[in-house]
Order: sequence, then structure tokens, then C-alpha cells
Amino acid sequence: MSPLKIKKGSNSHSAYNLRPTFSDVQERHTLAVIVDNEAGVLARVIGLFSGRGYNIESLTVAEVDHEGHRSRITVVTTGTPQVIEQIKAQLGRIVPVHEVHDLTVEGKPVERELALFKVAGKGDQRIEALRLAEIFRANVVDSTLDSFVFEITGDVGKIDAFADLMRPIGLVEMARTGVAALSRGAE
Amino acid sequence: MSKQMTGAQMVVKALKDQGVDTVFGYPGGAVLPIYDEIFQQNDIRHFLVRHEQAAVHAAEGYARSTGKPGVALVTSGPGATNAVTGLTDALMDSIPIVVLTGQVPTFMIGSDAFQEADTVGITRPCTKHNWLVKETDDLPKVLHEAFHVATSGRPGPVLIDIPKDIQFASGQYTSPKQAQTSHYQPRLKGDPEAIEQLVEAMETAERPIFYTGGGVINSGPAASQLLREFVEATGFPITSTLMGLGAYPASGSKWLGMLGMHGLYEANMAMHGCDLMINVGARFDDRITGRLDAFSPKSIKAHIDIDPSSINKVVKADIPILGDVGHVLEDALRMWKARGRKTNATAVQKWWAQIEQWKTVDCLSFQQEGKVIRPQHAVARLEALTKGHDRYITTEVGQHQMWAAQYMGFEDPNRWMTSGGLGTMGYGQPAAMGVQVAHPDSLVINVAGEASWLMNMQEMGTMVQYRLPVKQFILNNERLGMVRQWQELLHGERYSESWSEALPDFVKLAEAFGAKGILCSDPDDLDDAIMEMINHDGPVIFDCLVTKHENCFPMIPSGKAHNEMLLGEAETQGVIDAKGSVLV
Repeated sequence: MSPLKIKKGSNSHSAYNLRPTFSDVQERHTLAVIVDNEAGVLARVIGLFSGRGYNIESLTVAEVDHEGHRSRITVVTTGTPQVIEQIKAQLGRIVPVHEVHDLTVEGKPVERELALFKVAGKGDQRIEALRLAEIFRANVVDSTLDSFVFEITGDVGKIDAFADLMRPIGLVEMARTGVAALSRGAE
Repeated sequence: MSKQMTGAQMVVKALKDQGVDTVFGYPGGAVLPIYDEIFQQNDIRHFLVRHEQAAVHAAEGYARSTGKPGVALVTSGPGATNAVTGLTDALMDSIPIVVLTGQVPTFMIGSDAFQEADTVGITRPCTKHNWLVKETDDLPKVLHEAFHVATSGRPGPVLIDIPKDIQFASGQYTSPKQAQTSHYQPRLKGDPEAIEQLVEAMETAERPIFYTGGGVINSGPAASQLLREFVEATGFPITSTLMGLGAYPASGSKWLGMLGMHGLYEANMAMHGCDLMINVGARFDDRITGRLDAFSPKSIKAHIDIDPSSINKVVKADIPILGDVGHVLEDALRMWKARGRKTNATAVQKWWAQIEQWKTVDCLSFQQEGKVIRPQHAVARLEALTKGHDRYITTEVGQHQMWAAQYMGFEDPNRWMTSGGLGTMGYGQPAAMGVQVAHPDSLVINVAGEASWLMNMQEMGTMVQYRLPVKQFILNNERLGMVRQWQELLHGERYSESWSEALPDFVKLAEAFGAKGILCSDPDDLDDAIMEMINHDGPVIFDCLVTKHENCFPMIPSGKAHNEMLLGEAETQGVIDAKGSVLV
């Protein structure tokens, strides 16, 4: 079609990982954002997502470098490849943001979430809850004669599965931390 | 050399150290210590506006006409909230300004104190960055960082919120040199491989076009110079967005005029038909692209932009080049020369023949007939009579803005100030004020509509006070012309609330402010009246009564592509379908 000898959609020379086409496929990406731990920085990140209509599936934040006052924000988001690229570019231009890593692109990351489950019941239900907790390697961190609080860590799927099993045998409430993630390997 | 001083003294010292000579502002309780310091020095001139929004627009006008950051100083609460429109305007148009706001004392923050507002919260989405300073020792660092952030990378507005107790307290001042280097250092140089790809594409392109934007102006005069050299050397046609007018001279032989919704026929047709689009510092705004899936369907698109989030945001770039326009153009031009200055001359010549044919449509032609001035005629005469002057033009927003862009020619960058992204009615008058302050001996004209102009008309007081001889050239059709045009085209000619009832007598209004008023309604008097305006040494309100139901053409209706332009009244019936009418 074009007399120009450039492959349409070529992105090999891009400073950013620009996708060749705008597709409709929804992807789930885990982003790690290294920021200065200063007042309002979380509001800037969250405001970006709400202001531009992006999704947040989960978000965790804590200071990881106390001397340098750096925090690590882990965001799990969904969107089309184009939207994901936009999110990364928009995050990158926030002044207190130092680095944006797309862990999903860098290789399947290690993702873990911690959750607490309160399960109430008596008799067989109570025994079943304990047995399932053992299978899932959940710890009992509080116990009364008719309730347990379990602590469990794992990826999102494992915690969802544990919640599904606990629901019919007396799940009262649960608290989840959201995903913390690291890339695999030495780097 | 560190020195003990109060926070208020630090503000004034830091402004001086940053080379600031002008501040637009309005005092109030929470900034009194800073005003006290301003009173006791003579290096920084303060201009007292009549409304904080105008202070920010004036700072924008100052910045856009000089290339230096503009500064505004306002108080807490309502002072800060009034500044929000100006901040958003500067964010959308990438204008470097530094806004200082007073805040209630730190120990009262959060107590709903008098004139307290969560200023950093409110302005977070409408600034490039903002700070609330809670320690006086942090203040100098933040002030210097603010100027760095406002002017680096893609420029934009920043805000510093300074509580009153911080202004009173003493601390160590640090000079810009001592201040820590910021980690915020946007990349300026483009990737050489991507630039090479662009040069290769330029060597073989059959139907190339330069599509330039405000990024060229923001990059500085050197970028405009490089662009001119590149265009002349390659012989490629060039068009520009509203924001980029003046980067390439309107009198240049390769100039096609502005593109976009009210752009010229030849510019939009060339964009639609090109095979290589070289986007230099523009952002594929929806006013430019029209219907996206039909936007320039057969072209390779190269996109030079300093902001990574602009690239691939709406239009996919085949050759994305992240970097400063000036740096990238310099590298590209050098590389293109080193490779032997090649272009596909025969094909480009054929392309020009096609463009010349489009030009014969003469899409801006109009007839001035009858006893009522047509607005196009008024702007064309203004252009003809002021062209030779050392001239700066600002506008409000609406039909008059588009006519000014169409019928006026800009030979140099930084001569044209208009609210592009946000479309802020009320922008032009205070912006013109800022321009005139920066260029006291130049001819500064605000091309306005009567409705927009009324939105910040209080600034006539400022102009009279400081003897700023700005000319307010008001195209008065007693209508919200652009709203009326859309209602005619899209809403069955139901003109809901789009006329200006009970307008003031502008001549008397001018006189009430102590300025000169000129009324012109007869086409035969127009030239003399314009000359009278130009020759008057002082602010003028020029009330130009024009035809009331004029529409602005060419026009790409919402939901249509570039090659579906409307050129005149005869074509406007039923052209915008229901789908198009929901777009703005």
C-alpha cells in the first residue's frame, strides 16, 4: 500500500514498549511504582486512575527504603494494551515517581497476598474448617469456642479458592491486603 | 552562602534568583507577609489584577510571549479556587507558570479556618505538580524545584501553597545553585535509530506533510528556526495546529494554513491524503483528527513529542520519537543532510500540484457587501492594517478565535496567545495584559467576542491603572456565535440561551473605566476606526458591530473525517447525524 519501506506498526526503535495495534483484548497487569514517600503521592497515583477512568483491581503501598524515603506501590490493573501503555506513561510523568515497572511484561512475577478469615461454627463445621485450613497452609491466629481467625498467604487465586470453601461453613468476614509482587530472578 | 531569613523574604529572594521581574497577584490575609516584603523592594514589579483568574491568565500571556515562566501570587481559599481555571488552562496548553498561594497557618489546617481550602487537593489534577510547604527550611528548595518542574520537559503550571506561619518563621535560605538537583530530568535527545527511520521515510515519501503544534513554540525560538530550515530544504508542505501558529511563517511558500475542525481546506485535504505525516510537537487533539478511524488513513505517522503519554494516546505512531522538538529536529536535519539531502522530488512535485488544486477552492473567500460589517472582513482588515507592526495577538474563545486564526498571519513564534486545549472564555483580555507588561512598546490586540470579553472585563481597571495600552477588538454579534452555530447545525435552530441580552454600551463602559471607546458599524468607516484604535496611546475598547448570524467555515462536523469538510452555508443541512451530535 505505502511506497515507504517501513513496516507498518514497527515499534522496534521505541523508547517505550509501544504496541503495534490498538486491540480490544483486556489484559491484567501488575505494576510496581517506586515513588518518593511524600505527602499526597498516593493521592496523585489514585487520582490519575480515577481521573482518566482506569481500573484498579488492587493496590498496596508501603515505604521500602526508609533512608531514601522511597515507597513501593503495587497496582494490579486491567485494560487494553493501549490503556496499559497509557497508564505506564502517565504514571511515569508524575514528578515524584522514580520508576514504573510492568512486572507482567518483565516476566510472570511472584505475587502474594495476605488475608485474614473469620469463620464461626460448631461441631463438624469447625473440624472441617480446620482441616481445610491445614490443606491451604492457613494458620489459626485467634480462636474462641465457636470461631477461628485464619491467616493465609498466597496468590489471588488461592485466596479466592479458600474463601469459596469457607463460605458454606461459616465465613463471617475477611480482610485482604492486596497484591505485593516482585519479578523473578536475580534482577 | 546560606542566610537566615523569614519565609516571606525567601519567596521574594527566590523569585529574584530565578530571574523573575514581574508578578501578577491579589493580596489577602494569608499572603500578607509576602506582600509586606514585596512592598519593601524594587526589583520585582507587582501588578494588581481585579480577579485571581486574571492573574493566572496574565502570567500565561507573559510566559507565552516571552518563553519565560510567568508568576502569580494569590491568597488562600477563594484566591486559590479562583486560580483553578487558569491552572487548568495552562496545564492543557503546556504553559510554564508558577502560582504561589497563601494558606492558613499549619496549626489551623484541617480546622475549616477562615478562607481555608484544601488547595493542593483541589489543584492536584490541574497542575503539573504542587507542594504544601510545612517547614520554612524546605521553602527555598521547593521554590527552586517549582521553577525547574514548570519549565522542564513538557512545561506546565505548578503551585506552591505556603501557610502563613511558614511565611513568618525564619530559616536557612539556599540559592538555586546550592539546591539539590532534582531527579526530574526529562529526556531531551531522541533515539538516533528512530530519527534515522524518520529520515529514511522522508527520503522516499511521495506525499509528505509537516503537522506542527505548540511543542515547537514551547521548545524555544531555535526549534522554530530549525523547523523553517527543514521545511525549506525538503520543500515539504507544512500545516499547524491552533497552538503552533507562527512557528513557520504564514508568508512562507510551504505554508498551508491551520488544520483541524475550522482549518483550511487544503491543509485538511493534505492531511487526509498524505503518505507521511511528520507530527512535530502536536498531540492529535480531537479538534484536529475528526473521526479517528478515518483520520489520514494511508499515512505513515511519525510523532515527535517530549511527553511519552502523548505518543500513542489516540493515534498510533509508526515512528515514535520521544524527545525535545528542538533537539530531535537538529539531529534529524543533520542526519538528512549527511545522507545527501535526498527527497523523492518528482513525487513531491506532483503532490504540490494536487495541493495547488485544493488551494483554488479558496475556502476563506467571502464577500463584504451591504451596510453591515462581516466579521471575516473585520479581522481581515485588522490583519491588513496591523501586519507591519511589532504585534501580539490574543483571543477569547469562539468564532472570533477561529476567524483570527484563519485570517491573521503570524510570522514568528510567541506572537499568538489563545486558549487552545481548555477553550477558556475570558482568557484573552488578561492574557493580553500579561503580554503588554512583557512588551510595553508593542501593539497588543485582544481579538474578542462580546460574550467572552465580558467574562473578565473587570481587568480594564488594571489596564488603566498601569497604562497598558491593550486594544480590545470586540466582534460584537450580540450572540454566543459558536454556540449559536452548533445549535443551528445540530439542534434544529433552537437557539437556547445563546444571545447576549442587555449588553453594555461598550463606549460608555470604556469611558467609565477611563479608557477610550470606539464604536464601528459601517464597513466604510472600518479602516479609519481601526487606525484610530492603533494610534491611540492607551487602552481601547473597539466595539465592532458585525453580522449576527455568521457561521464559521470551513468546518469538519463532529463525527466526520477531514475530507468531509463543510465549506459554506449551502452544505449544512442535515450533515451531522445523531451519533455526531453527542460529540462536542
